[in-house]
Amino acid sequence: MTDAARATAIPPAASPVWPEDGYTHIPFALYDDPAIYARERERIFMGPVWNYLALECEIPEAGDYKATTVGDMPVVVVRARDGGINAFENRCAHRGAQLCLERFGNARAFTCVYHAWTYDEAGKLIGVAFEKGVKGGGGMPPSFRRGDHNLRTLRTATRAGLVFGTFDHGAPALDDYLGPEICGRIDRVLPRPARVLGYNTQVLRNNWKLYAENVKDPYHASILHLFFTTFRVNRLTQKGGIIVSESGAHHVSYSMLDGEDADAEYRAAKLRADSDEFGLREPALLEGRDEFGDGITLQILSVFPGLVLQQIRNNLVVRQIVPTGPEGAEVVWTHYGFADDDAALTELRLRQANMVGPAGYVSMEDGAVGAFIQRALPGAGGRRSVLLMGGEDVGSQESRATETSIRGFWKMYRRLMDL
Amino acid sequence: MPESKPTAGARNGRAIAEVTALLADYAACIDADDLEAWPDFFTADCHYKITTAYNHAKGLPVGLIYAHNRAMLEDRVVALRKANVYEPQRYRHIVSTPRITGGGVTGGDGGRIEAETGFLVVRTMHDGTQDLFASGVYLDRIDLSGNRPRFAEKIVVLDSDKVDTLLAIPL
Repeated sequence: MTDAARATAIPPAASPVWPEDGYTHIPFALYDDPAIYARERERIFMGPVWNYLALECEIPEAGDYKATTVGDMPVVVVRARDGGINAFENRCAHRGAQLCLERFGNARAFTCVYHAWTYDEAGKLIGVAFEKGVKGGGGMPPSFRRGDHNLRTLRTATRAGLVFGTFDHGAPALDDYLGPEICGRIDRVLPRPARVLGYNTQVLRNNWKLYAENVKDPYHASILHLFFTTFRVNRLTQKGGIIVSESGAHHVSYSMLDGEDADAEYRAAKLRADSDEFGLREPALLEGRDEFGDGITLQILSVFPGLVLQQIRNNLVVRQIVPTGPEGAEVVWTHYGFADDDAALTELRLRQANMVGPAGYVSMEDGAVGAFIQRALPGAGGRRSVLLMGGEDVGSQESRATETSIRGFWKMYRRLMDL
Repeated sequence: MPESKPTAGARNGRAIAEVTALLADYAACIDADDLEAWPDFFTADCHYKITTAYNHAKGLPVGLIYAHNRAMLEDRVVALRKANVYEPQRYRHIVSTPRITGGGVTGGDGGRIEAETGFLVVRTMHDGTQDLFASGVYLDRIDLSGNRPRFAEKIVVLDSDKVDTLLAIPL
């Protein structure tokens, strides 16, 4: 769709007032307005962005499929017979029923349970039950063309085993959308074929953007999340920084231990375990391997709009942010390792998984803090949140006392939403 | 000839009674917020995991909580009390009749019981909001050799993949 067509198709959102330029003051109305939510579906999730769909290892064989969502829209991702990856809407073109009811499966064709309209692996309509009628009666009129009723497809592309899709067939190439720095950081945590270690879903009682912002917010990390401080885990001198893509849309926050090997933290904690009542009784949680050989112990990467790729030591997770309405969202956590992991490395990943997810020592608060904002929205109409930490600009910074990457999110958001 | 050993049915009955009593105490401990006493329901080298039915069925090993000994459970309690930030909330466990799947009560060292027991947990928030927070099954291996029955292994299999907001208090 052209910009002009979009502008006429969607009425401008009525309520949000965003008078000032820039990305330092965010209207609270953006977090609960149904008109904004509908506009996000059209302009962002169906717009010129690349949405995370799957890990390639989830659909290794021809016919393997995964039912997922782009924003809140149901889609199916399919491994084609030629090894390529197709994606199309999970909605029958006839009456609109969901086609794939299972989360994962293998199919040669996709048949709707309601009236048996059948689609091939590319979403092309190949069968209509009783198309010619029954005993000379009924059936489709002569003007009916199956080709007019194919499923709406997404363009797909992969990077390091991550499958992305876009509804906008004119969107820039995936690698251009991501930019070289983000591509490099994705490759870093997916250097070999991946293997899924398990899933869970965290239900958030807040707008999806509050979680997206939280992920891009290094300012809160040592304030809200007290696990390491409480157990006096020596964080040593950490260096790191924030990388923001040129578009502002994507970011990487990373830290590494400076001048010490990363195991010093674990060894110190192990000594304390026996001698210090405030230490961890079982420091094995902190045990890890420098598996990527660069000393980076934490890397949080986001791809606009809804992908988070997380490395905390050896715990590797793909998080997909799924909007479920103006005031709700879900985070789908996919833990992964690599196909060639040994048992000891898998065990490290599983232990360290205690730190993340809905029950995670250093992340459970993130499931609640967005709801604290959401609940306080009544009466906030016309007011704006403040994002001035680290200046007013969007760009890479060495300090982590900054909100630069959140401003980057809003830079991209504002451009796509035309607000 | 008199049989001094209990019949299979009687052994099963004793096992059901043992597991029922243990789970009643276990649930009461958590529901009364007596979390400091929670780790002592486990053996020192216990395995405790909260997972989902999907992961469990597919053999996917990751847990929401994954502990390979009691010390990790003790750390969890300290974290809940001192580190983690969450709104005041409490659980009410409703525990089904255990189904004995292996082992039994014996003389001597007391034996080992394997059991599957369904549960529901209602979560009540500080403002009175109540939700069915979790349902699932406990897959337990219980060690009867100590001064009290303890879980050598407890796999908490949640029926749903979805966890509302956060899971702080153990299940």
